[in-house]
Amino acid sequence: MPGTIVDDIEIIDAGHGGGTTPPAGGDDDGDSSGSRRPVPRRAYFTALQLGLAAIVMFFMALASSYIVRKGLGLDWQSTPLPRVLWFNTTILLASSATIAMARKKLEGGEREAFHSWWWVTTGLGLLFLAGQIIAWRQLAASGMLLATNPSSSFFYLLTAAHGAHLAGGIFALFYVMFRPWSRSRISQATAAELTSIYWHFMDGLWIFLLALLTLGR
Amino acid sequence: MVTHENGGHAHHAPTGFIQKYVFSIDHKVIGIQYLCLALFSVFLGMALSLLMRLHLAWPTAHWFFFKGGQMTPEQYLALVTMHGTIMIFMVLTTAPQSGFGNYFLPIQIGAADMAFPVLNMLSFWTTFVSLMVMVAAFFVTGGAPIGGWTSYPPLSALGEITGPGQGAGETLWIVGLAIFCAASLMGALNFITTLIDLRAKGMTLGRLPLTCWTWLVTAILGLLAFGVLLAACILLLLDRIAGTSFFIPGGLVITDQVVTWHKGGSPLLWQHLFWFFGHPEVYIAILPGMGVASHLLSTFSRKPVFGYRAMVGAVCGIGFLGFCVWGHHMFVSGMSPYSAFAFSILTMTIGVPSAIKTFNWLGTLWGGKIEFNCAMLFALGFVSLFVSGGLSGLFLAQPSLDLYLHDTYFVIAHFHLIMGVAAIFGMFAGMYFWFPKMFGRFLNEGIGKVHFWFTFVGVYSIFMPMHFLGLAGHPRRYYDASAVTFLQKLQPVHVFITYAAIITIAAQFLFLFNVIWSLFAGKEAKEENPWHATTLEWSIPSPPPFDNFGGVEPVVYHGAYEFSVPGAVDDYIPQNLAPDLVRKA
Repeated sequence: MPGTIVDDIEIIDAGHGGGTTPPAGGDDDGDSSGSRRPVPRRAYFTALQLGLAAIVMFFMALASSYIVRKGLGLDWQSTPLPRVLWFNTTILLASSATIAMARKKLEGGEREAFHSWWWVTTGLGLLFLAGQIIAWRQLAASGMLLATNPSSSFFYLLTAAHGAHLAGGIFALFYVMFRPWSRSRISQATAAELTSIYWHFMDGLWIFLLALLTLGR
Repeated sequence: MVTHENGGHAHHAPTGFIQKYVFSIDHKVIGIQYLCLALFSVFLGMALSLLMRLHLAWPTAHWFFFKGGQMTPEQYLALVTMHGTIMIFMVLTTAPQSGFGNYFLPIQIGAADMAFPVLNMLSFWTTFVSLMVMVAAFFVTGGAPIGGWTSYPPLSALGEITGPGQGAGETLWIVGLAIFCAASLMGALNFITTLIDLRAKGMTLGRLPLTCWTWLVTAILGLLAFGVLLAACILLLLDRIAGTSFFIPGGLVITDQVVTWHKGGSPLLWQHLFWFFGHPEVYIAILPGMGVASHLLSTFSRKPVFGYRAMVGAVCGIGFLGFCVWGHHMFVSGMSPYSAFAFSILTMTIGVPSAIKTFNWLGTLWGGKIEFNCAMLFALGFVSLFVSGGLSGLFLAQPSLDLYLHDTYFVIAHFHLIMGVAAIFGMFAGMYFWFPKMFGRFLNEGIGKVHFWFTFVGVYSIFMPMHFLGLAGHPRRYYDASAVTFLQKLQPVHVFITYAAIITIAAQFLFLFNVIWSLFAGKEAKEENPWHATTLEWSIPSPPPFDNFGGVEPVVYHGAYEFSVPGAVDDYIPQNLAPDLVRKA
C-alpha cells in the first residue's frame, strides 16, 4: 500500500494538478500545526449570502407572479396603499441607521452604547411590524380583503412574507443580545455583523416590494 | 471535533442512543438516516408502481387488496401521483445528494463535519416530517391526491369538487412539498458553505473529486430552485384555502358546478413556476450519479478521468442550462412558437455538455485495466441508461415532435430511463463502492452481480417497450385503455412490461437482503483502502471515527484521479500522500 513502504523514495511529479507543496485550499486562514482548525468566520458570511440568494429567488418568484398575473387578468383593480406604509418605511430606514450605529459602538468597545442602539433597532423593528398590521387593518376596513382582488391578494402576501422574514431578523436581534457568547462558536461581534447585514437586506427588500406595490399597481 | 471562533469545542462524540443515532449532528449518521428514508420511500414507490402495472396489464382482473376487487380510476391516479412524488422528492432528491453527499462530501474535502451540524440535523428531520405529511394523504378522507406530481391547477386548486383526494389529500401534498422545500434549502446552504470554506489544505478546486463538484452544483441548483417552488406552493395553497385566484381562471364548470368564486387566474403561471423548479430538479436527481459514475469509472479502470476540466465545465454547463429550458415541458401549453423555438434550441444545447461527459467516460475506459465488480457494473449501467434516456430527449426537444409525443408513454420511458433509473444506478454504484467504508464490510459480490443483471435487463425491458407504446400513440395517465380500439393491440406490451416489472422489483429484494446480510455477516473490509482508491475517505478507518480524521487535518498534495502515474510503483497515488513518500519504480 502506498505510504507504508518507503525504502526507495524519490519524488516524482505526478501531474494532474499535483505538486510538491500543498497550495491553499478553501480554508487557508488557520495554522498548519496539524490540529483541527476552527470553522472559519467567513463560513457564516458565506452561509448568510447563500441564504439571502435563496430569499431573493423566493421573492423574485412572487414578484414575477405579480407582474404576470397583473398582465394576464382583466380583473386587476389597484389596491390603494394605506398611508401608514410610508411611516413604516421611515421607521425601517431609521432602524438600518441605528443598527449601523450599534455596530460602530461595538467595534469601538462602547458596550453600553451598543446595547442602547441595539435595543432601539429592535424597538423600531417591532414598531415596523405593528405598523404593517395597522396597514392590514386599514385595508381590511376599506373592504379590501385577501381574496377581494389579485392586487390585494399580492399586497397581503408580499407584506406577510416580508414581515415573516423581518420577524426572523428581530429574533436574531434578541439572540445577539441574550445568547451566552462565551460558549459559542462565534463571537458576539460576528453575530452582530451577520444580523446587521440581514437587517439591511430586509430594508432593501422592503424598498423593492414597496416600489413594486406602488409603481406596479 | 471542531474548534470555534472563541476557542472552545463545538461538539464531541455523543454517547447516548438518542443523540448518537436519532437526533445526531454527525454528518455520517445523518447521511445514513437520509439513505434509510430513501430506502423506505423507494420500496413504497415501487409498491405503488407495481399496483399500477398489475392493473394496466390485467384491467379486468380482481385483486384482493382493492375494495370491491378492482382499482378505481381515482385510485389509479392517486397511485400515479404518489409514486411520482415519493420517488422524485424522497428518493431521487434525497439519496444521491443528501444521503451520499452528507456522508462523503465532508470526508472527501478533508473536513470533520458539515459547516453547520445542527442545521444538518434539522434539515433531515424536516425532510422526515415532509414525508410523513405526504404519506398522511393516503389516510385522510378522499385519500391521496390525483393531480399528478406536477399538480396542475385549476383542478389542483379547487378542492373536493374536482375529485376524491383533491380535498385534504391535496392540501397535505402541498404542505408536505412546502416543508420539503424548506428542508432542501437548509441542506443546500450547508453543502455549499462546507465545500467553499471547509476544504483541507491543498484541496484546491482543481483537486476536488468529481463527486464533490456534482454535489456542489446540485446544491446550487437546489438553493436557487426550491425557493421558487416554495413560493408556488404558497400561492396554490392560498388559492385552495383562502379563496384567492392566482391560478384559477373564471368561467370554470367542474362536475356540473359553475365556479363563480374564482376568476382571472392563470394556470400557466403555475406551470412556469413549477417547471422553473422542475427542470433543475431533473439535474438535482442525475448530477450526483454523474459524479459517482465518473469517480468509479476512473477508479476501476485504473486511469485518470479523461478531461477532468472538461468534466467540471460540463457539470457547470448542465447546471446553468438547466435553468434556461423549463419551457420545453410546456410546448403543448399553447406557447408562442418563437418561445418554443428558443426553449428548443437551449434544450438541445444541453446535448453538448452531455456528449462531452459521455465521450470522456468512454475516454476514461479506453485502454484501462477494467475491473468488473458490482460498483463498476452499476457505473457502466449508469452510462448506458444516461445515453439511452438522453437520446430520446433530443426527440422531445423538438416542439413539432413533442406535440405528438408529450402525453404518451414515450415521455414516461424517457424520464424514467434518464432521471429515474440512471440516477438509481448511480446510487447502487455508490452503495456497492462505499458500503465497506460506511459499515466495515463488503456487500456480497455474487448476489450483487445477480442483482445488477436482473435490474439492468429488467429496466430496459420495462422502459424500452414504452417508447413503442408512445410512438403508437398510447396516451399516458389512462386508467383503462382497453375500451380504445387502436390501443387494444398494444395490450400484450403492457403484459410484458408488467412481467418485467415484477421480476425487476423482486430483484430489489435481493439487494435488500444483501444489505442486511452483509451488515452482519459480510466479508470484513480489513484494509482502509480495499479498492486502492485515491480520495481522502480511503485514508481513514472503516467505518470512519466520529470526527473523521482523528482531530488531525489532512493535507492534500495530489489530484483526485492519479492512477497509473508514469514512474510510480503503485498504480494509484492517494491525495494525501506526501510527494516524498511516493515510490518511484
